[in-house]
Amino acid sequence: MINLVKTFIAKILKNIFKKKKHIKLGLYGPPNGGKTTLANKICQDWLGEDMGTVSNIAHETREIQIKEQVSIKSKNKELTFNLVDTPGIATKIDYEDFMKAGMNEAKAKKRAKEATKGVIDAIKWLDDMDTVIVVLDATKDPYSQVNITIIGNLAARDIPVLIVANKVDLRRASMKKVESAFPQYDVVGISAKYGRNMDKFYEGLFALVG
Amino acid sequence: MLTLQFIPYADMEDLGSARRVKKILDLVKENKIVLLEGRLKNEEEADLIAITMEEVGDKFKGIELAVINPDSKDKNFLRSFRDGIANALLGDRKGFTVIGPASIVKEIKKDPDKIQLFTDEKGTRSRKKKKKR
Repeated sequence: MINLVKTFIAKILKNIFKKKKHIKLGLYGPPNGGKTTLANKICQDWLGEDMGTVSNIAHETREIQIKEQVSIKSKNKELTFNLVDTPGIATKIDYEDFMKAGMNEAKAKKRAKEATKGVIDAIKWLDDMDTVIVVLDATKDPYSQVNITIIGNLAARDIPVLIVANKVDLRRASMKKVESAFPQYDVVGISAKYGRNMDKFYEGLFALVG
Repeated sequence: MLTLQFIPYADMEDLGSARRVKKILDLVKENKIVLLEGRLKNEEEADLIAITMEEVGDKFKGIELAVINPDSKDKNFLRSFRDGIANALLGDRKGFTVIGPASIVKEIKKDPDKIQLFTDEKGTRSRKKKKKR
């Protein structure tokens, strides 16, 4: 009964928050899906500046990054949010993988340590999100348990989700696989790197939040 | 040698979330592959990942995990109704969860109803197990 009351109050508060059109929008997903590339694209489109650095080596983003007061507009609608770019969530981190990418042992171990902390922080921040964009690499297997765990946790918290199938510019990308893995969610295929389908992404975002 | 440890649902149902996660992680850190009857709650899966990250170091690299859920994607009304009742009765008891140490289980490939474990024992990459419904 207490839980029911708590959920009811949380929903009312969330609705009030939503009506202010000033929300915390999280970017979640596995490492190297393109969360920071998408964050940079959003910030470039609407603020004219980047948000974070990107790299081919996994776990480049190891701390929560926040860009406050990002306002986007579409067809007389305006949406203002705090954009929260999170470290990629993984179930394993091996410093030797970073060494294979060319780092020395000390740097690789430091990166691994920071990456583990980043995963823990990303999971802790799930409770603070109002809306989440789950960024998946469309060239990879969408059925990975990390993807399912992230989306399951968002659903359990009643947080609205838009799934982005990123890297559709690559030949191996398969929107269909992502769509069939998560049939109950809207999926938008984009290339954050080349800005492809960003108009559809923004439409999807307004449909989700607006 | 690979050790596969089966945990029946009955061994977990009376445990709180923290103890469930600890029990699984303790076994995985002994280099055992855990086959759990049923699945963890969403929040427990997130806790398992977070606690795994706290334990990652030079020797323990983390875990690989996958859940086989017997829910079919192509449901007719009757099947949906039957699955709904089964869900209500069995809850988290449906399906199986496989959790292994990342140093041994290199990759788990999953279709909705099939799991493939790629293991790496002493540097040999091989397909060890194929399970079909």
